[in-house]
Amino acid sequence: MTSARNSTAGALRLAGVRRAFGAYIALAGLDLEIAPGEFIALLGPSGCGKTTALNCIAGLTPLTSGSIWLGGRRIDQLPPEARGFGMVFQSYALFPHMSARRNIAFGLAMQGIPKESAEERVNEALAMVRLEAQADKPPGQMSGGQQQRVAIARAIVIRPPLVLMDEPLSNLDAKLRLEMRAEIRRIHDAIGSTTIYVTHDQDEALSLADRIVVMREGAIRQVGAPADLYERPEHPDVADFMGFRTRMTGRVVARDGERAIVEACGARLQVLARDALQPGEKALLAVRPEDLVAMRDGDGIEAEVEAIEYRGRAYFGLARAKTADELYFRSDAPLGRGQAIRLNATPDRAVAFSGPSR
Amino acid sequence: MIRDDSLASRLWRAIVWLVAAAFVANLFALIAVVVLNSFATRWLGAWLPSGFTPRWYSSAWSEFQLGDVLIVTFEVVFAVVALSGLVGVGAAYALARRDFPGKRAVMLLFLAPLVIPPLTYGVPMASLLYRIGLGGTFYGVVLANLVPTIPFVVLVMTPFIEQIDPRIEAAARVFGASTLSLFRRVLAPLLLPGLLAALLLALVRTIAMFELTFLTAGPDSQTLVVALYYAVFASGVRAGQSIDAMAVIYMATTLIWLVVALRFVDPTQIVARARPSAAR
Amino acid sequence: MTAAEARVERPSLRARLAARGLDATTALCLPAVIAVLALFVYPLVYGLVESLTPKAGRWYANYAAFFSDPYLYGTIFATLRLALPVTIVNLLLAVPIALRVRLMRRQRLLTTILVLPVTLGTVLVAEGLLNYLGPQGWFNRSLMTIGLIAAPMKLTNNYWGVFASLLITGFPFAFLLTLSQVTGIDPALEQAAATLGAKPSARFVRILLPLLASGLAITFALSFVQAFAVFPSAVLLGQPAGATHVISIAAYQAAFEQYDYSLGSAIALIMGAAQLIIVVAILVLRARFYRGPAGAAKG
Repeated sequence: MTSARNSTAGALRLAGVRRAFGAYIALAGLDLEIAPGEFIALLGPSGCGKTTALNCIAGLTPLTSGSIWLGGRRIDQLPPEARGFGMVFQSYALFPHMSARRNIAFGLAMQGIPKESAEERVNEALAMVRLEAQADKPPGQMSGGQQQRVAIARAIVIRPPLVLMDEPLSNLDAKLRLEMRAEIRRIHDAIGSTTIYVTHDQDEALSLADRIVVMREGAIRQVGAPADLYERPEHPDVADFMGFRTRMTGRVVARDGERAIVEACGARLQVLARDALQPGEKALLAVRPEDLVAMRDGDGIEAEVEAIEYRGRAYFGLARAKTADELYFRSDAPLGRGQAIRLNATPDRAVAFSGPSR
Repeated sequence: MIRDDSLASRLWRAIVWLVAAAFVANLFALIAVVVLNSFATRWLGAWLPSGFTPRWYSSAWSEFQLGDVLIVTFEVVFAVVALSGLVGVGAAYALARRDFPGKRAVMLLFLAPLVIPPLTYGVPMASLLYRIGLGGTFYGVVLANLVPTIPFVVLVMTPFIEQIDPRIEAAARVFGASTLSLFRRVLAPLLLPGLLAALLLALVRTIAMFELTFLTAGPDSQTLVVALYYAVFASGVRAGQSIDAMAVIYMATTLIWLVVALRFVDPTQIVARARPSAAR
Repeated sequence: MTAAEARVERPSLRARLAARGLDATTALCLPAVIAVLALFVYPLVYGLVESLTPKAGRWYANYAAFFSDPYLYGTIFATLRLALPVTIVNLLLAVPIALRVRLMRRQRLLTTILVLPVTLGTVLVAEGLLNYLGPQGWFNRSLMTIGLIAAPMKLTNNYWGVFASLLITGFPFAFLLTLSQVTGIDPALEQAAATLGAKPSARFVRILLPLLASGLAITFALSFVQAFAVFPSAVLLGQPAGATHVISIAAYQAAFEQYDYSLGSAIALIMGAAQLIIVVAILVLRARFYRGPAGAAKG
């Protein structure tokens, strides 16, 4: 059984990866290719299968069917100790009976690296995560942020071709999360490995990743660069994640290339169209609240204000359209409850999908 | 968990299961032997008895006065369990809710009877009971059996109570509950499952408790397990089958209560963690 | 400032006690404490005094008699010869089986079965083994049928019968305690070790064992206590006057057959002390192991 550990980093490829627990399907056949050195985020809500996918790649969970390849060599039959990937767990999983230094040195000890070079590499790793002062403390005496850095150091010191991270920031407070986010990207760039990062936080994914894989219900909904997903989601689930909070149903009136005119909530909106929507078909519209602006009059959607709140730069609120749809919108001026307004969708910002049953 | 399919790993797994299976098989076998023998007409030098009959049960019943012994057993066991529950639940509540100076000493005090051999305190206790005239009586037996049972009830109940959020009690008070009301409407219903569990486990343990009753009982205050011991001890005199009939009756009494207890508790609690499972 | 304001408000005695944790609720533990003091501590003290007032001779006569009579002090070794090996075997069996069982989904059936010997008690197990391990019993028969032995082994009325009895009643206890300890170890720790290249044997030696060591010491101590207290099986299934003349038998005989309560109490106390020494030694050793939580450490 040849170990994949010391191979030069090749591309990671998932082919038809499926994982079922009895009748429950956690992964419904994933196909994905990741280039060496990429930072990939697996983004999705709880239960979408992203952690299961990570565990399959790590070898902690067997595949029901499908295969995983690294640089042309099949690895899904290998046990985790033979794959040589570094992994950072959500709970850090630091060995409580060892100091930070020994935790980090563990992987090197398993590889049989002689003490001197191991010590050098451990010190290197400690310097990279800026934790030299805490090196001899046990995890129990460290803060969450420090423990997290030990976990990262432990994973990268073995110079793995692939670093797997399972929501490493979710246990930290907001401020620390922002700091560590930058750290993680900096370390990734410094060591040049491939990183697969699991998260349910859209902001994290958008700011860290080279490419984002949006998952839902065990399947991949869309893969692409952050800007692509943000501006042009291809699936309502992805739109969901990217903040397209307001939903409407409507009917396509005209279609021209990427654009379409859709009639919804009693008004005509110019939108970006996905799928093969043709005039006359039903459509599901999604738009960001900031792209649905309230005016006193005009030819936008007729609606009445139900609730409004001040958010610093603008007002955001909930309105009920004449057609009874609930719409989240933005206003640059304060509005009163019950006030009649017209909602204008900024052209080409809303997205239409075939619907509504998708 | 991590799946490991190497040959060595599978071999090891097989060995472990084999050993566990062997243990269980031997356990069932020794129980089966007792049961079979109790129904045997004769059983000499063969795999199975030569015939079956239930007559040993009636003969054991009269020979060992099992009716009286069973009554005494249940009187002792219920008395011990009731008293332990009464006294123990309060202690468990206090230990779960309050941190007071001397708490560690109190916990040590409750732990001690469970880690010291029953004979070590049983022999002096028997001597003392006989000195004050309670030796060989029902009351002596009950008092002796209280020693390991009170701490057991306290130890089993304390984690149950710790699991009840103390803020529930605070909330009840905020809504105006008096102490009595608080107890009746809030605490008692929440405590009941834990109390029941502890008492059932204590019951099962007390039925099987041998040494203390053995040292302090007289001919009228023997529990079933002690009577069984004497019968086995003098087994040259009596027929083996009738001793085994008595043994089966004893088994039935403990197992019935075990089955009842298991409806409410996890079997692991019968060994009662003698220390909290978290860090010191 | 009025005189009233100048007077410092002193909290009532009740409030001050409550601040230290002493209030009506704490008093709830008094009945149990009094009961244990009266029924446990007092008889022990009484026993100690009684052992120091022997039937004849000076105050240390009982203890002198015990330690000068090989038949008596030999009981300590006879008991250790049973208790130590049995406890070691129980733990050696309990650990691997518990490690396997924690991966099972339906553990409850197995744990229920294993609770049986604890429920049935030592007397019943002894009686069962007298039948089962006898020369004509199923155990010998099976071994002969398979061909492992040619003639029945003598397993009753000797050391081995008592050993078997202690094994059957002791193993479930050790197993259940160990199981609760191994399930308290966060599985992510082993997963992390695996991703770092540790094979199953390395995971066991470097991660599981150090984290379990402290709990295993406690389990060993508790199992040992149980085995050291062996009594009815040593009589029924062993050689109470020979190889299995254990210290509990000596105490019992002194008190109830020779009617020398003073000597009986002395032997009982020596029994307690001997066992306590070993338990303390184990706990001292335990202090050198890692004793913290074995769930993943969180800040």
